[in-house]
Amino acid sequence: MQHILLIDFGSTYTKITVVELEREEILGTAAAGTTIDTNIMEGLNQALAQIPEPEGGWNFVRKLACSSAAGGLKIIASGLVKELTAEAARRAALGAGARILEVFSYELTAQDLDKIVAAKPDILLLAGGTDGGNKEILLKNAERLCELPLSLPVVVAGNKTVSSQAVEILKLHHAPVVRADNVMPELNVLDVDSARKAIRDLFLSHIIQAKGLDKAEAFIERVLMPTPAAVLSAAELLAKGYGEEEGWGELLIIDVGGATTDVHSIAKGDPSKPGVMLKGLPEPYAKRTVEGDLGMRYSAESLVEASGHHLTQYLGWSTEEVNAQLKICKQEPWWVPKNQRENQFDTGLGRMAVELAVKRHAGTLEVVYTPFGASYVQQGKDLTQLPVVIGTGGVLLHHSRPTEILGGALFDSAEPTLLKPQEPAFYLDQKYILAAMGLLREIAPLKALRMMKKYLLKL
Amino acid sequence: MEQKTLVLGVIGADVHAVGNRILDYVFSQAGFKVINIGVLASQEEFIRAAIETAADVILVSSLYGHGEIDCRGLREKCQEAGIGDILIYVGGNLVIGKQDFSMVEKRFKDMGFDRVYPPGIMPEVAIMDLHKDLNF
Repeated sequence: MQHILLIDFGSTYTKITVVELEREEILGTAAAGTTIDTNIMEGLNQALAQIPEPEGGWNFVRKLACSSAAGGLKIIASGLVKELTAEAARRAALGAGARILEVFSYELTAQDLDKIVAAKPDILLLAGGTDGGNKEILLKNAERLCELPLSLPVVVAGNKTVSSQAVEILKLHHAPVVRADNVMPELNVLDVDSARKAIRDLFLSHIIQAKGLDKAEAFIERVLMPTPAAVLSAAELLAKGYGEEEGWGELLIIDVGGATTDVHSIAKGDPSKPGVMLKGLPEPYAKRTVEGDLGMRYSAESLVEASGHHLTQYLGWSTEEVNAQLKICKQEPWWVPKNQRENQFDTGLGRMAVELAVKRHAGTLEVVYTPFGASYVQQGKDLTQLPVVIGTGGVLLHHSRPTEILGGALFDSAEPTLLKPQEPAFYLDQKYILAAMGLLREIAPLKALRMMKKYLLKL
Repeated sequence: MEQKTLVLGVIGADVHAVGNRILDYVFSQAGFKVINIGVLASQEEFIRAAIETAADVILVSSLYGHGEIDCRGLREKCQEAGIGDILIYVGGNLVIGKQDFSMVEKRFKDMGFDRVYPPGIMPEVAIMDLHKDLNF
């Protein structure tokens, strides 16, 4: 028997998945508290002890891990124009699985530098100027970054004409400094792959060690990537298929967590109706958004605030009743609903998180009235024809009616300008294996794909 | 000689896409780097594109007669955004009705436009002006 151990060192839990590769079976999943402050191995061993050992003991031929422990992969990005290169840099970092602390635009100010010092990011991502376009910003910001009282890993992904020069400037003060292709080589053209790769390489070569995750590497082989990157990778595999084995086509993954709600879409998002014009920055095929204000526990308060009347209407409660329940939620992040009323509240919160997160992720269709009649302008991705929506995250997995929560992702005729999925099939990542399958893809893509198709539960 | 960069677009709620494509082609053929932001372009889009690409000229088209309203304030916004000295050309059917073009030209020049073209002008004229204004 050959076993594979897949580990996700999370910010609160260390989650493990044990796979029997030949039969394409999951032998068990377990979780225990992450112990990053002492020795990361403790939590891992506790989790492993929960899975009954087969006769003859474990025979782990591969042990792979991803991590979002110790604050995840923290990135601060900067670009020139807020809506252009700064936004492109943000999308590149999100696609690399990062947690974005700040995105700066134009020249870095003294205040911006102070924020960098206070936030202590793992990586700085410096963009600005299209290829052959603005040169000053990249050089000036490189110089400004040399005023920082600390040395940080930097990825330079700006105007190619001056990016080598910017790297030279940065190298005087920072290490390592890596050059990647421009995130926006032409106006409104997004090219995030090279920057994503550079970020991941830095993660492997430097960040893991800096976070104390290398202590686990005596036992496991490698921490391969940040957890969100693993989920995005699994999503891509599931959508595209591998070789002869077909994928599920375009899809959406919604991860409702305690602090954030993540949405991943693997979809082109082209207009589904004729005669629609596209505007704005094009979206990456594999797109990830993270909503820091939409979470079930740590961010419950901002979630309630963001949902406004929707939540009270949905629950049929008064604002006071909502606030009372919210207070419990805030004081006790480990709170689990114990009665029907509390369950109802949790469902409501989850539904709002999904509704808002998908709303922000999906594109919009606007009607513009011109002297020649109405024109339709689409910004972002049209997801109306998307066939598959997958739910994951603690709230959904432990909920009795996950479709009630996932229903928030659906197109709403009351908001016809939001291009949310109209008639998707819903799936649940009931064993919480998506990140693990993203890791498995690295060594056995076909099997990872088949196992996802086998273990994701149709609702 | 370094290539000169132009930001090209059709301003306002104007959807005339064909002329826009033709201009893109003609200016590219003439050796310019054309950053085409297409139709339905707002003043802000012209400015953002010009900053990011370090453009030398903004070329505004307006075919539907509302050009004067759409173009008002563009120069001031450029000044505010730090590219106040950029060349701005405008052309098309800028106004409706039979108006004396010299009056129209004066109005647009007062608004800060460097070159103003009447309907039916050939792109070659603008290309010649570009060479003159950009000294190349």
